[in-house]
Amino acid sequence: MTALLPEKDKRLDYKIILNLVNENSRILDLGCGDGTLLDLLNKEKNVIGRGVEISTEGVHLSMEKGLSVVQGNIDEGLSDYEDKSFDWVILSQTLQVIREPLLVILEMLRVGKHVIVSFPNSGHWKFRFNLLLKGRMPKTKLLPFEWYNTPNIRSLTIKDFKDFIYLEKMRVVKEYYFKDYSKLSKFRPANFFASMAMYVIEGMDNFPL
Amino acid sequence: MIQANGIYLHGCIRISKKGNALSVEKSKLKNSAGYVETKYIEIPNGIKLDCGETIAPLSIAYQTYGELNKDKTNAVLIVHALTGDAHAAGYNKKTGKAGWWDIMIGPGKGIDTNKYFVICSNVLGGCKGTTGPSSVNPETGKPYGLNFPPITIFDMVRVQKLLIEHLGIDCLLSVIGGSMGGMQALAWPVLYPGLVNSSAAIATTTRLSPQSIAFNEIGRLSILLDQNFNDGNYYGGQPPSKGLALARMIGHITYLSDESMQTKFGRNYKNDKPGEFLKPEFEVERYLHHQGDSFIKRFDANTYIYLTKAMDHFDLARNHKSLKHAFKDTFARYLIVAFTSDWLFPVYQSKEIVRSLQSNLCDVTYCEIESAYGHDAFLLEIEELTRMLENFLKNSFTKSKI
Repeated sequence: MTALLPEKDKRLDYKIILNLVNENSRILDLGCGDGTLLDLLNKEKNVIGRGVEISTEGVHLSMEKGLSVVQGNIDEGLSDYEDKSFDWVILSQTLQVIREPLLVILEMLRVGKHVIVSFPNSGHWKFRFNLLLKGRMPKTKLLPFEWYNTPNIRSLTIKDFKDFIYLEKMRVVKEYYFKDYSKLSKFRPANFFASMAMYVIEGMDNFPL
Repeated sequence: MIQANGIYLHGCIRISKKGNALSVEKSKLKNSAGYVETKYIEIPNGIKLDCGETIAPLSIAYQTYGELNKDKTNAVLIVHALTGDAHAAGYNKKTGKAGWWDIMIGPGKGIDTNKYFVICSNVLGGCKGTTGPSSVNPETGKPYGLNFPPITIFDMVRVQKLLIEHLGIDCLLSVIGGSMGGMQALAWPVLYPGLVNSSAAIATTTRLSPQSIAFNEIGRLSILLDQNFNDGNYYGGQPPSKGLALARMIGHITYLSDESMQTKFGRNYKNDKPGEFLKPEFEVERYLHHQGDSFIKRFDANTYIYLTKAMDHFDLARNHKSLKHAFKDTFARYLIVAFTSDWLFPVYQSKEIVRSLQSNLCDVTYCEIESAYGHDAFLLEIEELTRMLENFLKNSFTKSKI
């Protein structure tokens, strides 16, 4: 969704996803953009991939890569898919643009056996200092938009996301924090030093509370 | 970008007169499937229809472009809409007329005849060479007229299957159609699962909305009320031209959109000023009359009745528990395309198809093209469709499952 993305082979988040996913698994990529991630998964892991993308251009570019993508709004739901019909459902750098994050994530957990969510972290120090010192909504490499034209209608921090996961009775299975698209963040707290976070999450339906 | 000028795309192709014969400009000919002619096959045993009756003998008019490869894996069937014919691409040598989808089918075009063997046939019930109500009924020696049995979209597909078999092709790479052609494109894999690799259904539906049935009905009624209709026995006499022209005019309103009418005609007068009180005065009126008048020269009123009836009754989920169930195990890759301003085959109907396909985990690509052209968009949004069909065919070919 963001404008300045590095080459796909430098995308560490994609590499991690590639390692998580088994050969021949069924993948649903929500907000698949030009289909780069699905294409990578296709070539490296021979997955059966499906994508949902809101823009016509994204559908064209995905088709050029040989992918099957449905043009649509993720917010309209995944109700057509049966329970656990995908091995992995991925929401990569798209959480910040959707209107109904809770609904979408609950649906992802329903239709997928595993769920990956990644998003830009508004708790990143650059973001904080920008706002503190300049007094304006920060623009970063990941989020280069003006407040009035940004597709990223939701700003959230890593802490916000973790609260959300806890309150909505989900569980983090794996977590990854990135300095940028190509490097992991070495320093902690991640909410201060990571510009982006990625999680594998699951529902806690089976856990009595 | 081609200007919206209704269904008549060939209106923009210039034909120069040389001697007596019409010849097409060389550059245009070179970029097309060239001069083509309609071929015919006769099937003496005919075909048994959904209604239980048999039509025999059966004649099928068709054209082909490009070459069938050795493995016979590159055959693409084009299925025309309500008033189309087998002449989809290239130029007719006698009339110089371009095929109805020449802009899409040809060497290097969206449906590339250098790569694919493209077939297009006139539908069952048509009036362009395939057996229909204007054909001679062997029992009476006269045209069938209204004695022609009612036909269905599935019957049309069965006839196409006979043609494919005749051409020695077991499996189709793809079936591509818009509007009524899209209905057939969707019926193909349902009727012949495993025999069609992919299906592209453009601006279509698995069942018409009541609004579209309503428009079809007043179209038919205008033909039935024409004094010349004579219970369909008008062959050899005066055909019900006024009724047929009116049906076409009604049809054309539904093919456009409010926005495209605004852009195309506005409130302009056809002669820059008001005219006679009861004569067409506005541009939009002139357009509709023009469409009506040219239609009656090329179309049969009974065919109009039979084909619109076939569309009205079409329900892909018929004989199935649900639409989802109908698409189950069809083994095909699908491309569904809808246009935002199409109110005859609205976007929600395409979405319904996509949802049913998705719930079966079928391989489906869906695109909703932003367009002001209304239903006509499927013949006018050339750039978008070219790109889409080119990739879709390439993907169907390289990832062939059959």
